[in-house]
Amino acid sequence: MRVLNHPILGDETRQFNATIIVDGKQIQAIEGEPIAAALLSAGIKKFRETQKNHKPRGIFCAIGRCTDCVMTVDGVPNVRTCITPVRDGMIISTQKGLGKWGIER
Amino acid sequence: MKTTDIAVIGAGPAGLSCAVEAARAGAQVTVLDENLKPGGQLFKQIHKFFGSREHKAGIRGFRIGQQLLEETEKLGVEVLLDAAVYGIYEDRLIAYITDGKDHTIKAKKIVMATGASENALAFPGCTLPGVMGAGAAQTMINVNRVLPGQKIIMVGSGNVGLIVSYQLMQAGADVLALIEAAPKIGGYGVHAAKIRRAGVQIYTSTTIKEVLGEEKVEGVIAVNLDEKWQQVTGTEKHFNADTVCLAVGLSPLTELAWMAGCEFTFIPSLGGHVPIHDRNMETTLKGIYIAGDITGVEEASSAMEEGRLAGVACAESLEYYDENKALELKNQIWDRLDALRTGPFGEGRFTAKLKQLDARRQLA
Ligand SMILES: Cc1cc2nc3c(=O)[nH]c(=O)nc-3n(C[C@H](O)[C@H](O)[C@H](O)COP(=O)(O)OP(=O)(O)OC[C@H]3O[C@@H](n4cnc5c(N)ncnc54)[C@H](O)[C@@H]3O)c2cc1C
Ligand code: FES
Repeated sequence: MRVLNHPILGDETRQFNATIIVDGKQIQAIEGEPIAAALLSAGIKKFRETQKNHKPRGIFCAIGRCTDCVMTVDGVPNVRTCITPVRDGMIISTQKGLGKWGIER
Repeated sequence: MKTTDIAVIGAGPAGLSCAVEAARAGAQVTVLDENLKPGGQLFKQIHKFFGSREHKAGIRGFRIGQQLLEETEKLGVEVLLDAAVYGIYEDRLIAYITDGKDHTIKAKKIVMATGASENALAFPGCTLPGVMGAGAAQTMINVNRVLPGQKIIMVGSGNVGLIVSYQLMQAGADVLALIEAAPKIGGYGVHAAKIRRAGVQIYTSTTIKEVLGEEKVEGVIAVNLDEKWQQVTGTEKHFNADTVCLAVGLSPLTELAWMAGCEFTFIPSLGGHVPIHDRNMETTLKGIYIAGDITGVEEASSAMEEGRLAGVACAESLEYYDENKALELKNQIWDRLDALRTGPFGEGRFTAKLKQLDARRQLA
């Protein structure tokens, strides 16, 4: 969920000026915000599955340290979504294990 | 190859203060930070800072960051962003990555101001999406304006746990409870009172027994602890939470210091293994300095003073200041640092830092 009004930060003034495609679904986002923020705002919490036991993982540190949030972005696996900015038209998929190169259609 | 007088790694309060101080003396300074925005931890802190006026108490954290940035700009400090430093090699050669490409810079002096990272906690369900650092939640709400969840359990009653709980409420979330394993609250009374007034129950001598859920957090079971920190069966409480925030301390980010070959000492109250340094903030390696949370986890005010100290010391060793001028400035900074390390919360840090300096003396 977005924080649209805030007692100290004021109202959100940024425009939803980007659309990203996450596992085939379109999501409204803000150019330049971290991918992880766009996903959380859409209620998506599971970003990847572990290699051996297929356990779900989401964000943990949000500063690019822990690599729990990695996904496949525009065909590149292991992208830390908490520090990678959104660009309009990005294609993002939940990463299975170590991930694969290339965009799956 | 790119060269500079002083390379500062990390653009948090420590790194920026160091850069300002050294640039003011006339040195050429380059700051590197892996983030796209400088400021370090300050940019997620929307609360007014505690401490004294000269340490900017009463000013909100992110404004202090903005002020520091303006000063670096005025003084012509070069700030390289998206610059993740991954190695320090012989003769102070720094390797970093920008936009996926390798770069190097050679500096006469290096100051490491890399800060700290949040600790994790192990319990069944601790890896489920929805379990995260309190700082991560704080970044999401205050920097990115996105709530990571609606119904929060906060673990840890230090200042970070107390402040982030309040900020989660300001952003519109419900904080169901704050739980603390120790028998008493760790942070300042004023912060605890603030969240209690807002209706948050604080449970001491309590921990997480288990986090429920298959694909994400769907509930939390808390349990009481006895005097020996053992779980008391039959005291379980269930919370209908979707998010668990861990505020269970920070550890200094020391990888670069280990790699460079600095000597360390072990001081648990500072966050574990910390690089040894002298009163100039110089490590056991000549020309390599440290400042801020990397030297032991404290707070922004002390991080800024340590940064200034390192800045003055670097400027002195590059002969931008003579010995007398430098000593005068350093003494002023030490007086302020000593003042910060007093009182019921500061005293422990004072003794811990003394131990760290002693370790240096013993080596000498
Ligand atoms: C919730 C919360 C509330 C707080 N409230 C207060 C308060 O009221 N008053 C107070 O005084 N203090 C407060 N603090 C503490 C304060 O924020 C920290 O002590 C302070 O930010 C430490 O400063 P620093 O410069 O050492 O590190 P940081 O602010 O962490 O900055 C370090 C920087 O280095 C960068 N970096 C790290 N490694 C590399 C690398 N390899 N390459 C490039 N860049 C790198 C990081 O990205 C970061 O930008 C609070 C902290 C938290 C979490
Ligand atoms: S959440 Fe830790 S690297 Fe992204």
